[in-house]
This record gives sequence, structure tokens and C-alpha cells, in this order.
Amino acid sequence: MIDWSAFTPWSSLAGGLLIGLAAALLMLLNGRIAGISGIVGGIIAELRNGLRSPGELAWRLAFVAGLLAAPVGWRLFQPLPAIHIDTDYPLLVTAGLLVGVGTRYAGGCTSGHGVCGISRRSPRSLVATAVFMISGFATVYVVSHLLGG
Amino acid sequence: MNRQILVAFLVGLLFGGGLLLSGMANPAKVLAFLDLAGAWDPSLALVMGGAVAVGLVAFGFFGRRERSLLGAEMRLPTRTAIDKPLVFGSLGFGVGWGLAGFCPGPALVALGAGEFKAVVFTLAMLVGMGLTIRPQSGLKQ
Repeated sequence: MIDWSAFTPWSSLAGGLLIGLAAALLMLLNGRIAGISGIVGGIIAELRNGLRSPGELAWRLAFVAGLLAAPVGWRLFQPLPAIHIDTDYPLLVTAGLLVGVGTRYAGGCTSGHGVCGISRRSPRSLVATAVFMISGFATVYVVSHLLGG
Repeated sequence: MNRQILVAFLVGLLFGGGLLLSGMANPAKVLAFLDLAGAWDPSLALVMGGAVAVGLVAFGFFGRRERSLLGAEMRLPTRTAIDKPLVFGSLGFGVGWGLAGFCPGPALVALGAGEFKAVVFTLAMLVGMGLTIRPQSGLKQ
């Protein structure tokens, strides 16, 4: 059953257009894919490899700094939208580990596969997106409806 | 290179703003989208739709350039294999996404907003990534 009271078509569509624009700009100007797990994973890899390519580290850190600064900048103009995190700590840690391991094995997440990969019409990314969407739907079904969370 | 670092920061800012505006940075809204059998909030389908609509045009027209507009080498993915790491990795990612409602980008934005639980999630995610980085997924160069 659709919860129409929670449906925010215009802000969600506008936000999606901004995300698409950001991904387009990173490709057009820097020749790179705006995949968050890949960018963050690259920072970890670079730190481990003993900073062999500082330029690689720099743009990735700058991108992450931009993500972190977004809510700070937002607050200068208007109150931040609600961020509700009801998950308890053990589950949060489990989820974080799964997202970290899973996205690196899959070589991408919602942004790298879901937005950029599908935009490139990559069958590999289409499969990844279908799998994590179905997996996400199934997980919520089990947690909220079978376990009665 | 300095211009590209500035671009990366501004693009990160824009991306984060998009996540906030869309509602995707709010795990409760993400979980409501993933809850097909409950009180379903379809909003996030429009986030994906909007982003991909812009992306299809941009990558369709400019994705085959040799150099970026700032003269950088184009480094687009070359892997096409639909293999076990792709499928099982995505499966695990989907479970984590469904448990907390966070994927990597929104977690960083919520962290920037000062949410302590986002700090915990992100640290666990970084540990997971650190455990997983394989030699071939390291940076080329």
C-alpha cells in the first residue's frame, strides 16, 4: 500500500537531478565516475600503498570533504531535513560491515553501479543494481514482517 | 590538477546536496522505500529515475571522449564481467542497506550533519572496505 502522506515526488526528483548532474560533471570535467564506495575504497587503497599517487588521494579526499560539507553548507541557508536512524548499534555495525565488504566485492554501490553504471548502459551494473535492490527489499521484508521488528 | 581537486570538492558538495534534498540521506525514508509490503514510500524511485535521466544524456553524448573538458584522462570502468564477486558482493551490500537504510554516500552526508550513529556506521563500513580491498582493485598508476 502506498503511503501518499510520505511521498515527496518533487523534492526527490529534484534531488535525483542534482545527483545526476554531479555525476555528469565529474565525468565531463575530471573523467571520473562518481561512485562513492569506489572513491572511498580508493582512499583506503592509496593509504595502504604508501601514497604512491598523491593526486589520486587528493581529489578523492576533496570529493569526500564536499559530501561532508554539504549538510554544513545547507544549514547556512535553511534547517536540515530530518535524518532518522532507528537502527540499534549492533545492527548498525553489522550493516556497515556488510555495506563495506559488499560494495568493494561488487565494485560499486548505489552511485557507481546504480546511477553511473546504468547511465553508461553497463549490463554489469544493471545486474549489480537489480541484485542489491532485490536484496534490500527482501531484507526489509524479513526484518519488518517476518521477524516483526 | 588543482582545478580538478576543486571540481571534486564542488561535485561532492552538489552530490551531497542532492542526497539531502531527495530524502535519500534519511535512513527512515530509505527503509520506507524498501518496505514494499508495508506503508510504501515510492519517492526514492524518482531519485534514481532523475539521476539516471541526466546520466544517460551526459554519458550518451560525452562518455566516449578521449579527454575530459579539463584535459584529464578519461578513466571510466572497463570491467564487464558478471561474476561471483559482483553478484555476492551486491547481495551482501543489499542486506546491509536493508538493515540500516544507509548506503555509502548518505552515510557520509549524515556524518557531516553530526549524526553519531552515522559515525558508527561509517567506521564499520571503512573496516569492511579495508578488509576487502584486493590487489586488483587498488588504484592503477
